[in-house]
Amino acid sequence: MTPASSGSAVTLAPAGSRFRHVLRLADTSLVLGQRLGEWVGHAPALEEDLALANIALDLIGQARLLLTYAGELEGRGRDEDALAFLRDAPEFLNASLAEQPNGDFGQSIVRQFLLDAWQREMYEALSRSTDARLAEIAAKALKETRYHLRFSAGWLVRLGDGTAQSHARVQKALDALWRFTDELFVPDALDEQMAACGIGPDLAALRPRWERHIEAVLEEATLERPPAQRYPWHGKRGVHTEHLGHMLAQMQHLPRTFPGATW
Amino acid sequence: MVTGTLAEPVRHRGLPMEEQVWSVLRSVMDPEIPVLSVVDLGIVRYVRRDGTRLRVGITPTYSGCPATEVIGRAIRDALDRNGLGEAAVDTVLSPPWTSEWLSEEGRRKLRAFGIDPPARQPAQPVTCPRCGRRNAECISEFGSTPCKAHYRCCDCLEPFDVFKCI
Repeated sequence: MTPASSGSAVTLAPAGSRFRHVLRLADTSLVLGQRLGEWVGHAPALEEDLALANIALDLIGQARLLLTYAGELEGRGRDEDALAFLRDAPEFLNASLAEQPNGDFGQSIVRQFLLDAWQREMYEALSRSTDARLAEIAAKALKETRYHLRFSAGWLVRLGDGTAQSHARVQKALDALWRFTDELFVPDALDEQMAACGIGPDLAALRPRWERHIEAVLEEATLERPPAQRYPWHGKRGVHTEHLGHMLAQMQHLPRTFPGATW
Repeated sequence: MVTGTLAEPVRHRGLPMEEQVWSVLRSVMDPEIPVLSVVDLGIVRYVRRDGTRLRVGITPTYSGCPATEVIGRAIRDALDRNGLGEAAVDTVLSPPWTSEWLSEEGRRKLRAFGIDPPARQPAQPVTCPRCGRRNAECISEFGSTPCKAHYRCCDCLEPFDVFKCI
């Protein structure tokens, strides 16, 4: 990508494409934040309860900035709340990995680790986007993501290199969730269009750094990297696994039942 | 009389007016760490006049910090209450807030409040704000608010908060 000062490339991309591109980032943070919010009051220890809630807050905070921006790009008057609460599952463009159920604590940690490591590469690249607004949101989010990654990687090592029971459970979660990671790095036409304007990164180019980091942590955690799986997950195009609809039903219940409710 | 107070700022154009605003801002406290003002926190990016309207730019510490909105409202209320009129509060994201912007005064107040201020260098050891010894262990990187981590002193055994370095 070229430096943020050359603003002309941004205007070359149609607003509709930019809207969908920002929505992909926003929805991945929002859905993951909502999943972590489900842990509140249920985590194995008070410290972990607080940690997951803190990370959820950061992710939802990032989603709010991104959704507000997406609404402005769309230009139809939808604000962050309208986009979060009044869209149905096929209109959500999050990565499929983010919507996978929490499972046990180990499974949530595996999901978090894979996405934290991806978000770090993504935000790092986006902080150099030709879209100045996106670049400043990414620069802010990057600082928080580093913290999140330290937490999830730390827990993955403790669980993986822990007891036979904890090791077996996180290995099983890793094997189950690995198939959703391909989607994060295989660009479609929209990703390619954004990369061509310097708004988004070349997704495939993010992969080697992500893999190096994942491998180093897995090795310390004595976990096996699952074999590569080419799987056609299309959460970012609005085609979701069955889990998202259930999650949204809970997340959107109140604002849909009582439109415009405030307290 | 209320009208008298409201009319007064008009006579303080330029710098004196700005000084008045900063002095009001020094009285607006962080709702989560009530010993720190928004100026101590280093989140006020600018104070400027936009026609007849005041504009105050603030930077959120963390994207998800719920205090940000409360702080924006508190700033508007305080300026209005002090006769400086209705101000607009802008959110400034870039450059992102860093704990280095915390004032020297703020660092001193934090320590007195029982919170170890953020490290100046990453390697700087955490200091127990109660006994002053540097022998603490991290309980959790996520404490009672997004900006704090949770530690325990291995000498006096007291748990305490550490303001995170970001």
